[in-house]
Amino acid sequence: MNHRPMKRPFSRLLSRRQLLTASVATAASAVLAGCDDIAGGPPFRAALDFGEMLSLRLQRLLLARQPLVREYAPALISQDFPPNGTEMPSGFAYFELMISQFARWRLTVDGLVDNPLSLSLAELKAMPARTQITQHNCDEGWTAIGQWTGVPLVQVLRQAGLKPEARYIVFHCLDEMVRGPDRSGFYYESIDLFDAFHPQTILAYDMNGSTLPVRHGAPLRLRVERHVGYKHAKFITRIEAVERLDRIGRGKGGFWEDRGYQWYGGI
Amino acid sequence: MNEQGAPQPEVIRRHSLSVRLTHWVNVVCLAMLLMSGLAIFNAHPLLYWGHTGHRGMPFLFGIGAKSDNGRAVGVTRIAGVDLETTGVLGVSYDGDGRALRRAFPPWLTLPSNASLALARDWHFLLAWLFVINGMVYLGFGLLSGHVRRDLLPAADQLRARHIVREIWNHLRLRSPRGEADRRYNVLQKLTYLVVAFGLLPVMVLSGLTMSPAVTAAAPFLFDLFGGRQSARTIHFITANLLVLFVLVHVLQVLISGVFNRMRAMVTGRYVIRPERTP
Repeated sequence: MNHRPMKRPFSRLLSRRQLLTASVATAASAVLAGCDDIAGGPPFRAALDFGEMLSLRLQRLLLARQPLVREYAPALISQDFPPNGTEMPSGFAYFELMISQFARWRLTVDGLVDNPLSLSLAELKAMPARTQITQHNCDEGWTAIGQWTGVPLVQVLRQAGLKPEARYIVFHCLDEMVRGPDRSGFYYESIDLFDAFHPQTILAYDMNGSTLPVRHGAPLRLRVERHVGYKHAKFITRIEAVERLDRIGRGKGGFWEDRGYQWYGGI
Repeated sequence: MNEQGAPQPEVIRRHSLSVRLTHWVNVVCLAMLLMSGLAIFNAHPLLYWGHTGHRGMPFLFGIGAKSDNGRAVGVTRIAGVDLETTGVLGVSYDGDGRALRRAFPPWLTLPSNASLALARDWHFLLAWLFVINGMVYLGFGLLSGHVRRDLLPAADQLRARHIVREIWNHLRLRSPRGEADRRYNVLQKLTYLVVAFGLLPVMVLSGLTMSPAVTAAAPFLFDLFGGRQSARTIHFITANLLVLFVLVHVLQVLISGVFNRMRAMVTGRYVIRPERTP
């Protein structure tokens, strides 16, 4: 385990201690490895989901008046904002869009809407825009501040006309996280109408005063400021209004949600 | 005292049911919150100050791993000073002796694998239980007079002479007997007050400051802690202070009659040992 040359008089002692530590760790992880299967298993799953529901309900009460998140002064913009998730979608389809500077890219808006839309980037940019300097919060714990310009989602939804039964907005993306025969490996995300109608929920095409870089989700990404990073879908190609999420992907409302992460990203 | 005048142990009711129940629920919550918290920390094992913090920025504290001639070396950096912590921090070993590049080792985290999703699930569920349990404790504590009667130091306990003597007693690891053992000693009272009304509320508030939804509703939390990353750092430091408290607390129980103290916290019954006869 430790085949280091002995440099110090205490190295024998140290390696014995490390050996001991390692064996305790071994025994403990053997026990805990069993716990891991249980920790996410059905008896606890219901309790964990209940916890998520409590957080969602309480935070929605606190946010009933739809306050804006704090916006920062330009001086606080992060110089080197780390990209979250995919930095460049693979595949020729995206490459082709990228080299044409997204001239042939279109945003599809469909599902439970009265007027399905197909919008070009120029058409989106012609719509009333909002610029905000906000903090991005990755669920891993890091944060960065960026300036985002884009169309408030509510404008696009209003233009498409939501049907009364629509409850969620799903964002389908161009980046394929896991290769497969169908679309199940592509990134997607969803939010409910409470967040969709928030004034700071925008479809951003500019970052820090320039065109949105590829690594940050060009040509269009979501900013849904009261949520952690993975909710902010990048490389959006289609927005779909739906009544329920269980028929999309694996049914949990997002790529990461399908792989165990909470749908509610307010924490 | 019996008829012969020899000192006899006396059994008293030490802890109320609400204190005993909330104490043990708290034990479970804090242990699991700590372990799931360390698992979350492992996803980004760096601490910063201010609003923002990400890789490439200066950090106050960090745990990482590097390679030294093919051997994985765990490094903990505190304020720019590197300490080698292979085996525990940065690099630990799995069941087959393979090096794992992880900030906190699997046996300290919940879950023991690197699942951030599950760690967050557990942390947030237990935070709910912890806060509800804390409110039950505070409610009973204030209504029943437990806080006023048992936790606030009495006037005689606040005299400098008394405090100095208590510090001396603690340094000699001498536990109280007789009349002095009928109430918490002054250092114990002050420690419990600091933990219950200082550290634990700071833990909750700094935790809430990391939630983008909560800070949308309560932006003053940013001003209270000086930004989201500062709150995260304070959350981590306060967790360490709580671990320190628990270590001292358990040590005190062990050296002052572990059976008697455990029985008191389980059944409520506690034996006052008679004064030492000179």
